[in-house]
Amino acid sequence: MKKVTYRDQVSKVLGISLIVFLLFSISVFAQADSAADTAGGDVKKGKALFNVNCAACHNLKRKSTGPNLYKVEERLAEDEGLDREWLYAWIKNSAGVIKTGDAYANKIYKEYNQTAMTAFPTLSNEDINNILAYTAAEPTTPPPPPGPEAEFNGTQQQGFSNELILGALALVFGILVFMLVSVNKSLKQVMKVNGVEVEDDGKKLPIWKAFAKNQFLVLISVIFLLLTSAYFAYGWMMQVDVNKGYAPIQPIHYSHKIHAGDNKIECKYCHSSARKSKHSGIPSLNVCMNCHKSIAEYSGTPGVAPLKEDLAKGYTNEFYSAQIDSLYSAVGWDKINQKYTGESRPVEWVRIHNLPDFVYFNHSQHVEVGGIECQTCHGPVEEMEIMEQFSPLTMGWCINCHRETNVQVKDNPYYEKIHAELSKKYGVENLTAAQMGGLECGKCHY
Amino acid sequence: MNSFKNIVIVFALLVFCASCYEDKTKPNYQYMPNMYESVGYETYGKMLDGIEARTPVEGTVNRGWLPYEIENTPEGKEIARLMASPLDTLKAEEHLVKGAELYTIYCAICHGNKGDGQGTLVKREKILGIPSYADSARNITVGTSFHTVQYGLNNMGSYASQMSTEEMWQVSEYVMSLKEDLTK
Repeated sequence: MKKVTYRDQVSKVLGISLIVFLLFSISVFAQADSAADTAGGDVKKGKALFNVNCAACHNLKRKSTGPNLYKVEERLAEDEGLDREWLYAWIKNSAGVIKTGDAYANKIYKEYNQTAMTAFPTLSNEDINNILAYTAAEPTTPPPPPGPEAEFNGTQQQGFSNELILGALALVFGILVFMLVSVNKSLKQVMKVNGVEVEDDGKKLPIWKAFAKNQFLVLISVIFLLLTSAYFAYGWMMQVDVNKGYAPIQPIHYSHKIHAGDNKIECKYCHSSARKSKHSGIPSLNVCMNCHKSIAEYSGTPGVAPLKEDLAKGYTNEFYSAQIDSLYSAVGWDKINQKYTGESRPVEWVRIHNLPDFVYFNHSQHVEVGGIECQTCHGPVEEMEIMEQFSPLTMGWCINCHRETNVQVKDNPYYEKIHAELSKKYGVENLTAAQMGGLECGKCHY
Repeated sequence: MNSFKNIVIVFALLVFCASCYEDKTKPNYQYMPNMYESVGYETYGKMLDGIEARTPVEGTVNRGWLPYEIENTPEGKEIARLMASPLDTLKAEEHLVKGAELYTIYCAICHGNKGDGQGTLVKREKILGIPSYADSARNITVGTSFHTVQYGLNNMGSYASQMSTEEMWQVSEYVMSLKEDLTK
C-alpha cells in the first residue's frame, strides 16, 4: 500500500468509493475492504512480529515450509471466502481449526505434507492485525546507501596520488641523466682545451680471448657457474610437488569469504569431521541445505553496497545467486515448490590439499587434542574468495611447527604423567611437540 | 662485454625455469604420482561411479551413532517431549562444557549465543524467524530439542550427519540450560 499521509481524507475517500464499488462487484469490495484494513494495522510493528514469529516458515513472495503470505488476507477472502476471524482462529491454534473439520484448513494441512503450524496463543488480535497489514503492504526496497560513490572517489584519489609520485620520480631521474650527460660533455671540453689525449692502442685483444688466456679466471668462473646452477637446480627440484598457492577452479564458486568471513560461520560447522576423524571432510550437500533451504539468493551485507573490485571481477549478487541455483540443481531441490525432486548429481569438487600416501596426518589430533586453530595451517581462509593452499605442506614445514608448538596439556589427563616425567628430563616448563616425540619418524611415516 | 650479456641471459632463463609453477589453477609437478593418486581405494578417492563421498553401507551405522526410534511426526514429537536425557548426570558439568562448545559451532550462528534467536545470520537478515528458546508456546524440553536436532524442523535441517548421538544429547542439555537462563 501507499504511504498514508492524510488518514482522514483517505478513509473518507475510501468510504465513498466503498459505497460506489459495492454497487458494482463483490470482488472489488473485497479489495477495497482489505485496503481499508491495511490502513488500520501498523506495518512496522507487523514486520517485526512477522520476522520473529512467521519468517521461519513463511516468505512473502515465495513458497517456503508454509505458503507465501503476500496479501494473504485478500487472497483468502477472494478465493475461499474466509474472513479475518478465521485467520485469528487459525493463527492462534491451527490444530484446533483442523479438528473442527474446516474444509480449507484440512486442505492446506494436506497440501503442505501435514506439517502442523505452531500455535501462537500469545499473539493478540491487534498483533495479528499488524502482521496482516505488513503482509498486505508492498515490500519496500531500501534506498541504495551512498557507500559506493564515496568509495569510488576514494580510489580515484589514491590512483591520482600514485601517479603524482611516479611522475615526480621520473622527473628527478630525468634531471639526473641530464646532469650526468652535461658533466661528461663539459669534462670532455676541458680535456680538449687542456690538450690531454686519451690513450687508444688499436690492437686490443677481444675480451673473450683475453679471458680464455687467463686460466685462473676461467677456473674461478667455472666453479662459480657450477655452484650457481647447482643452487638453481636445487631450488627447482625442491619446489617440485609443493603446491603452495594451488587454487583450482571448482564446479561451484563457493566463497569462503562470504561464509566464514562475512557471515562468521564456524569452520567446523561444515567440516565437522575435522573434530573426530583423520580427514576434514568436504561437507555433503545436506549441510549446505541446512541454511540454503531458507537462503535462495545472495543479497550481500545488508545496508552495504558491493565493492567495486568485486563487481569488476564479476562477483555480482546475480552471480552468487546463480551459484546457489547450481547447488539446488545438484542436490535436486525444487525451490519453487520447496521439495526435493530426487534427481541429484554429485558435485565434483577439486581436491586442493593432498598428502602422499607415505605420510600419516590426523586432523582430529591437531584440532581436538592440540586445540590448533584451522587458520594456523590453512591460512586466512575467511578472506579467500577462491580457496587456495596456504602452507607448503612439506616435511620441513611440519617439523618446524612441531619444534615451536607447546603441547596442550591443560585439562588433559592423558598427558599428565608423561609430561611431568619429560619436563623433568629436559628441564623445561612446557614441552614442545618435538620433545614429546613429535619428530620420531614412525609417528608420521609407517 | 658480450660474454657478460650471455651470462645474464642464461641466469634469466634459469630464474624463469625455477619459477615454473605459475598457473595456480593446476597442481605442480609430482615426483611419484602413484603416491598421490593411488591405485587402491582411499578416503575421498574416486570410485568407479565418480562419487567420492559415500553413505554407510546398508545395514550399518556410523560409530557413535545410535538408532532413534521415535518417528518424525507431530505425535512423535509429543512422545519425545517426555523423554529424559540418557547422559550420565554425574558428569553433567562435562557434558555442558562439551555441549556449549558444539552449540557455538552448530547452533549459535542462527539461535544466538544466548539462545534468544539473535544469531549472526539473523542479525544480517539472512535467515529470519528464529524463535527464542524461552518461547512459551513452544515449551521446549530436552527431548524435543534432541528430536529437532535429529530430524530438523520446518526450515531447520537435521544435524545427525554432523554430530554423534551423544553429542546431540549434550547440545540438547546445553539448550535447556540456556532456556533456564532466559526464563530466569
